[in-house]
Amino acid sequence: MPVRVLVAKPGLDGHDRGAKLVARALRDAGFEVIYLGIRQRPEAIAAVAVQEDVRIVGLSILSGSHVALTRKTADALRAAGADDVVLVVGGTIPQRDVAQLEAAGAAAVYPTGTPLETLVESLRHLSATARAAS
Amino acid sequence: MDGKLFSEAGIPLAVNYGPADLPAPDSIPPPGQYPFTRGNFRDGYRGRLWTIRQYSGFGTAEESNQRYRYLLAQGGTGLSVALDLPTQCGYDSDHPDVEEEVGRVGVALDTLADAEILFDQIPLDAISTSFTINGTAAILLAFYVAVGEKRGVDRAKLRGTIQNDILKEYVSRGTWIWPPRPSLRLIADTIEFCAQEVPRFNAISVAGAHFRDAGANAAQEMAFTLMDGVTYCDEVIKRGRMTIDDFAPQVSFFFYTHGDFFEEIAKYRAGRRRWARIVRERYGAKDDRSCMFRVGCVAGGASLYAPQARNNIVRVAYEALASVLGGVQSMFTAAWDEPFALPSEDSATLALRTQQILAYETGVARVADPLGGSYYVEALTDQVEARVVEIMEDLERRGGMVRAIEDGYLQRLISDEAFRVQKAVAAAERTIVGVNRFQTDEDPPEVEGYELDEKGRARQLERLAEVKRSRSAADVRATLAKLSKAAVQENVNLMPLLIDCAKAYCTVGEMVDVLKEQWGEFQQPAVF
Repeated sequence: MPVRVLVAKPGLDGHDRGAKLVARALRDAGFEVIYLGIRQRPEAIAAVAVQEDVRIVGLSILSGSHVALTRKTADALRAAGADDVVLVVGGTIPQRDVAQLEAAGAAAVYPTGTPLETLVESLRHLSATARAAS
Repeated sequence: MDGKLFSEAGIPLAVNYGPADLPAPDSIPPPGQYPFTRGNFRDGYRGRLWTIRQYSGFGTAEESNQRYRYLLAQGGTGLSVALDLPTQCGYDSDHPDVEEEVGRVGVALDTLADAEILFDQIPLDAISTSFTINGTAAILLAFYVAVGEKRGVDRAKLRGTIQNDILKEYVSRGTWIWPPRPSLRLIADTIEFCAQEVPRFNAISVAGAHFRDAGANAAQEMAFTLMDGVTYCDEVIKRGRMTIDDFAPQVSFFFYTHGDFFEEIAKYRAGRRRWARIVRERYGAKDDRSCMFRVGCVAGGASLYAPQARNNIVRVAYEALASVLGGVQSMFTAAWDEPFALPSEDSATLALRTQQILAYETGVARVADPLGGSYYVEALTDQVEARVVEIMEDLERRGGMVRAIEDGYLQRLISDEAFRVQKAVAAAERTIVGVNRFQTDEDPPEVEGYELDEKGRARQLERLAEVKRSRSAADVRATLAKLSKAAVQENVNLMPLLIDCAKAYCTVGEMVDVLKEQWGEFQQPAVF
């Protein structure tokens, strides 16, 4: 069974080139991708994650609001009973914010410039670990 | 090496070019003559240098006002206002869904009170101001006119531009609010209003830049943008109240300059010629000024990379040079640290200096269109133009821009191209220095960047609350009611009503919501 991934952009930032490239690369790598698009509220992302029973939620944020939006999405996932979903974040993210994002609930962070194959490998690894744990 | 080589947009390149590759002489008359391939002005940049216009704005109106006054004192000659996303998408700073975005990527403007502070002590009759604003462009124009009035500056003296290009927002930038039909009507209202009342202000800056940053190549960028331009002009013309010559001089354009040096130069030359011909042949323009393609650009954006980030300084300098050789009217040079963060004052100043060195040290501005007549540049200009025409015809056949957007066709073209380039870079078929060749293991630089002042949001909320307390509730109700009523009357221009709302200190969110009630909201097709 292919691993299901939800790709979404929370907040108001509309720069979706990265999110779309990641969605395509994941689909080509054998993941089943649900692309939600831009301007998604964290609660809506969590609701779709539950409804579609995804293993991974990937957020893309280029506006600088990554810490707050990651925290809100992690909270929304918890509130929806989807604690086991792996949350990852990419975008314009300074190195100094990585620890904060991990504390907010991100299992991995992919700043701008992360090669797509690195990201795909990392998600394969994370989904395998998550499956083993659950 | 006689193997096949291509430009970034896929145009096949010869080993060298000669006299046989030059176009017919009537395609390249001297600069300043229709169809303006060689530039809009006989004397190039001698009469007027391009406007050095650095995009900036963040936090509160007070902070941005200080940065603007700094940039003007450093020799900047125009302002470029960056608005935060809530303002761009039509939410007030106190809306519960947007708290982390207030003042983040630009300045927060909720009411006229913020605009008054933003332009405090800035001579509105002497500088020009460009607003990167789309969904709420008409509202920001209303603010600018109202601030001018309060300061005793007649609206006829105001100079500047609102981006006001909603079509590309549906495709690539995402600050849409209402569906395409009513949005086009509001844009036509602003174009008419500027033509009649604010004659030195560009009512629209049709922007290819965001198609480009989303992945389109140079020819697609130009073709999509000209198609958008045609869509807006059609909208105004079909009302039957104006001819093309009444408003075309206030239509401008905006692009990204990326790394393929000669193709970028050819892109601007081809775009100028194509637009001139469209305006004359499709709309029957009589005035040559209507046919001029006025262009602003950004050097930077998606052509900048995170690894070995200081290399971006060099990329931006080359892109700036290509833009000037292409004959742009205004330029923003991005800061090298843009892939990581909003620029610091240091990196923003270096970006400004890049343009000043180009303008004042290199001598490239001394002679109009220095590459005119170059076998290669003229041949490439022809080929880019031919490619642009081809793409435009394809879109026309598919029922025009609105249709191509609603179908997700345009989105698909762009993401296909982005993916193709991504694969070429990953396979090192396209070289990016420091990314797929000449790499090093260096850590990302410690960027200073811009730290959002958390107190700024609190101050913004306080001011908004204070404005709501002190304004006349009756005026707010009355002006919003008039706006609501006129929203469904196609033949009423909404601009004067928005100015009345602005003067009554209605908020951006209040005006947007009134129109949402009448017009609904856009539903995005999520394709990748």
